[in-house]
Amino acid sequence: MSAAEGVSTVDAGWAPRRRFSTRFLRSEMGLIARRRRNQAGLAVLAVIPVIIAVVMAATRPAPGSGPPLFTAMLDNGLITVLAGLSIEMSLFLPLAVSILAGDAIAGEASTGTLRYLLTVPAGRVRLLAVKFGGIVAATFAAVGVIALTGAVMGVALFGTGDMVTLSGTTLPFGEALGRVGIAVLYVVMCLVAVAAIGLFVSTLTEQPIGAAVAMLMFIVLSQILGALDDLDWLHPFLITNYWSSWADLLRDPPAWDQMLLGAVSAAVWTAFGLSAAWARLTTKDITS
Amino acid sequence: MTDATTVAAAREPGSRAVRTRGLSKRYGKGTLAVDGLDLEVPYGAVFGFLGPNGCGKTTTIRMLLGLIEASSGTAELLGEPMPGSARKALPRIGALVEGPAFHPYLSGVDNLRRIDAVDRSTDPATVAERIESALDRVGLRAAARKRFRAYSLGMKQRLAIAGALLRPRELLILDEPTNGLDPQGTREVRSLIGQLAADGVTVLLSTHLLSEVEQVCSHVAVMHRGRLVTQSSLEELRATVVSRVRVETAAVEDAARVLGGAGLSDVVAGAGEVTALIGEHPPEKLVDALVAEGVPVRGFGVVRPDLEDVFVSLTGEGFDVGG
Repeated sequence: MSAAEGVSTVDAGWAPRRRFSTRFLRSEMGLIARRRRNQAGLAVLAVIPVIIAVVMAATRPAPGSGPPLFTAMLDNGLITVLAGLSIEMSLFLPLAVSILAGDAIAGEASTGTLRYLLTVPAGRVRLLAVKFGGIVAATFAAVGVIALTGAVMGVALFGTGDMVTLSGTTLPFGEALGRVGIAVLYVVMCLVAVAAIGLFVSTLTEQPIGAAVAMLMFIVLSQILGALDDLDWLHPFLITNYWSSWADLLRDPPAWDQMLLGAVSAAVWTAFGLSAAWARLTTKDITS
Repeated sequence: MTDATTVAAAREPGSRAVRTRGLSKRYGKGTLAVDGLDLEVPYGAVFGFLGPNGCGKTTTIRMLLGLIEASSGTAELLGEPMPGSARKALPRIGALVEGPAFHPYLSGVDNLRRIDAVDRSTDPATVAERIESALDRVGLRAAARKRFRAYSLGMKQRLAIAGALLRPRELLILDEPTNGLDPQGTREVRSLIGQLAADGVTVLLSTHLLSEVEQVCSHVAVMHRGRLVTQSSLEELRATVVSRVRVETAAVEDAARVLGGAGLSDVVAGAGEVTALIGEHPPEKLVDALVAEGVPVRGFGVVRPDLEDVFVSLTGEGFDVGG
């Protein structure tokens, strides 16, 4: 243990170097990206549109014999993106976001690093903001990768023919691409609400898996309640209620009302999750 | 060293690196984990914060650092109220709380980079240099690129200390820093604390090891069941310790009579030995007196009780319990 030179130990004129820096957020994104589990998860998410496209290309079901979204894929490869997202939104994407969100605070608490982040000091509000930012970035990346592999596979196997809308009209490729882009952003928005609620759940426990499972149970329960017609008064308040509203983009002209309600729903759930997480973390005794 | 003196000169007289007033913590409706603590750590001290495991040391440290909220009372670090001014105070403070904790799948260097990225007060341009210097100080450069999960407990402890040295600090709060270190590592950490103190850093060293306090500390506070039993400089505490003369002899009664006659108080006659408070009496005169009175002296000595006896009498139990 040799004495280090050149670094003075006492610094009288300390002052915060700068008020704003992206170092913490970049570190957070690096932490998520470098973790093997997350890399494996992303690979699974990316493979699903590939599987769908290959199966459809191999079987080539006749129009009207399967889900319309899938048979439409045969005419326009971009539909593969939408088919992929619709499959993954039923479990894989909410699961991935729940795991990341569950990890955010509870994961740091379980490794004990939460106390060291806070004594740096990270600042509790800043920590929440950075954690949320990291999950949102990862959500963008995950949905983006699904869209990209779906688009590449779809266009390679089925080409870029006209997109036939549910209204029976056809859309040129550029217009179709724009609509797929909007669908991707809409799905991200729905998942951001999951991230915010998941972040709140993560502040309640020191077990990241427990937080992720709780979040997933909440989503599944919401889907079950959404399937019960007798509870239709409750449906607008369920977090999952508007998750497939992007299908209205396949009408011509697109029907926006449900998607707008979906945007409001996602915004409200996000605001609720973040406020609850803030209220919890800023008053919590950190004993982990 | 010039840094240290200018800092010391700029401080108000009577100011403290750590000061608490009536600091208390009650978990739920249970008993008080920390009860009315008035802690005063002078600038420049190596302050031994001593107490058996579970006495409330760690709870106190967590309150000081703003990790948990005090039920009542106040705390100040470097003159800044905590947790209110955490953003101003904490960058000047390096802390090791309840053992090292890092991301297991990142290397030592990457873990330190992570900590530094969170710190708004450090310069990203110098991070590699500062990490290298910190790892050098704790003797961990060879294992810098290894994953944290592959570290031994001693290496983990060193990495945590390196994390506290990533930037210049005015105060180090070290909770059991030698836990899990082998004797060699323990010596290295103690000498490191000595170097830092010589540079003018104030150190609050929480420990349950009395030997650690005796070897490195200038001040000591003893905590027991949530309360502060004593706090003073080690010198003052040593001065309160009273020496006893101890005479081994077959003629116990004669010896007791001679010592009593010489003016010694608290003469205790036991089996084959007599002890008494020696006070200001020169020991050689006592030997003369004993021999002159024909007491057959088999052994003679002045016994100075060590600090352990003092602390045991303060807390009613030993310190090296539960390792």
